[in-house]
Amino acid sequence: MTASPVPIRPTEKPQAAKIMTLSIPPKTGSPRRLPPWLTSLAAHVVPPIITLVFLLVLWEILCSSPTASVPPPSRVVSETWELIVHPFYAGQGVDQGLFWHILASLKRVALGYCLAAVAGIALGTLVGQSEWAMRGLDPIFQVLRTVPPLAWLPLSLAAFKDGNPSAIFVIFITAIWPIIINTAVGIRNIPQDYQNVARVLRLNQFEYFTKIMIPAAAPYIFTGLRIGIGLSWLAIVAAEMLIGGVGIGFFIWDAWNSSRISDIILALIYVGIVGYLLDRAIAFVARTVTRNTASA
Amino acid sequence: MSKPYLSLEQIDMVFSRGGASTQVLNQVSLSVEKGEFISIIGHSGCGKSTLLNIVAGLTQATRGVVFLEGTVVDTPGPDRAVVFQNHSLLPWLTVYENVKLAVDKVFSASKSRAERHEWTMRNLELVQMVHARDKHPSEVSGGMKQRVGIARALAMEPKVLLLDEPFGALDALTRAHLQDQVMQIHTELANTVLMITHDVDEAVLLSDRIVMMTNGPSARIGEILDVPLDRPRRRIELAADATYIRCRSSVLKFLYERHRLVEAA
Repeated sequence: MTASPVPIRPTEKPQAAKIMTLSIPPKTGSPRRLPPWLTSLAAHVVPPIITLVFLLVLWEILCSSPTASVPPPSRVVSETWELIVHPFYAGQGVDQGLFWHILASLKRVALGYCLAAVAGIALGTLVGQSEWAMRGLDPIFQVLRTVPPLAWLPLSLAAFKDGNPSAIFVIFITAIWPIIINTAVGIRNIPQDYQNVARVLRLNQFEYFTKIMIPAAAPYIFTGLRIGIGLSWLAIVAAEMLIGGVGIGFFIWDAWNSSRISDIILALIYVGIVGYLLDRAIAFVARTVTRNTASA
Repeated sequence: MSKPYLSLEQIDMVFSRGGASTQVLNQVSLSVEKGEFISIIGHSGCGKSTLLNIVAGLTQATRGVVFLEGTVVDTPGPDRAVVFQNHSLLPWLTVYENVKLAVDKVFSASKSRAERHEWTMRNLELVQMVHARDKHPSEVSGGMKQRVGIARALAMEPKVLLLDEPFGALDALTRAHLQDQVMQIHTELANTVLMITHDVDEAVLLSDRIVMMTNGPSARIGEILDVPLDRPRRRIELAADATYIRCRSSVLKFLYERHRLVEAA
């Protein structure tokens, strides 16, 4: 606790400062004429574009032979042009534009995920706070969380007797584990200092929950939520392949059954982009909410 | 028979872990008058923080009782507000909100909303932190955080203010500045203060009495020194004051001659 002065070791003699000339790199190109924001934007956008173009060219070359089983990007675009330009097309049954398929999937994910978030945070709080709840529930959680999402589908179909609630249940059961576990860890790790403050102030259970526990555990909770949304989006495509109906997963399965490989590729690109946006969205919310929770 | 304002009676503290038990405090008794500034000084590990936690009610003594105004206290409460060594501000609340949380909780019934706001601002003024009221703890310096911690404790209008090495983590200049502020506040409000410290100058400068603890385990009160210096005290004048030097050297003698910390070899 007492700060002792750092002894200067006699062996270390102060070295004479050397003068080093640093060569200034010559200015290259035109960045002087561009405004800084544009330069920084270009620095972030240009490399991925170069990589993308390179990969597309490679793909085009590799799949250009007429016997190739996977179409080259040029054929993907020409074959799926109708789907690309008419995302809002509404036909009969499952004959819908890609926007509607993705929207249907997103609705299922939203519902299952929100239920998982509420139940996960509640259960995580319980497990994090009570030693006995942890001893009783944690082993069960640890086993159940390793069950692959799709393994739950037959069971939920048997229980709900309908595709849609079953898919929602699969999302729920997929997303809930990381949320529970991270919330519990966050709550168990609330610094003793904050608990002491709460005790001196005599905060009641409710005040402790809202004013100390949730804000203190928020960074952990959001880690769980972010893992959860990623897993949900992974699971929904697989679940929809099996349950059918409107949805991006069934669209892919349907395209496979009709040998429309180009449609599958387009759908995969959309799935990837939507998954990325979901992750960014949760990350953004997390940043906004937990901006000031880093211990000072 | 008139009881002292705050009294610690025969406090024993034994920590048991597994089969082994360590006696940390042994028969610690102390009486504190209203408005007194008491420092508890001792080497690290002598149980002085444990003693403060027992008075705060954060730790239960194994044996012995703490009386405050004739009532036994054994649970934490805002009448014994603590300024923690590492400030313990809630990082998700602003400076203002950190103090307001305490004010809202302690005066929820007795003060109106406007009065609570007034009172929060009064206490921030007292530690000169009004300018940073909307900043988060991570955005202000260590000394400022500690000032907010003091404002939060003062805002509870505690019967006893407990300071747990409040300036330990600060640099020397900031520490001196805060010590002056604490003296100023003590003069204005005449609080009863119990302060843990390991800084001899700090103890002599601030205290009416210095409680010197022997080394642990089984630490007890070795000696209690009166500091008969007039207030207000000015650190520059005191540096040459005979009484100050005498007090300082007797604390130093206690700590470094009679109860030297024997390092585990």
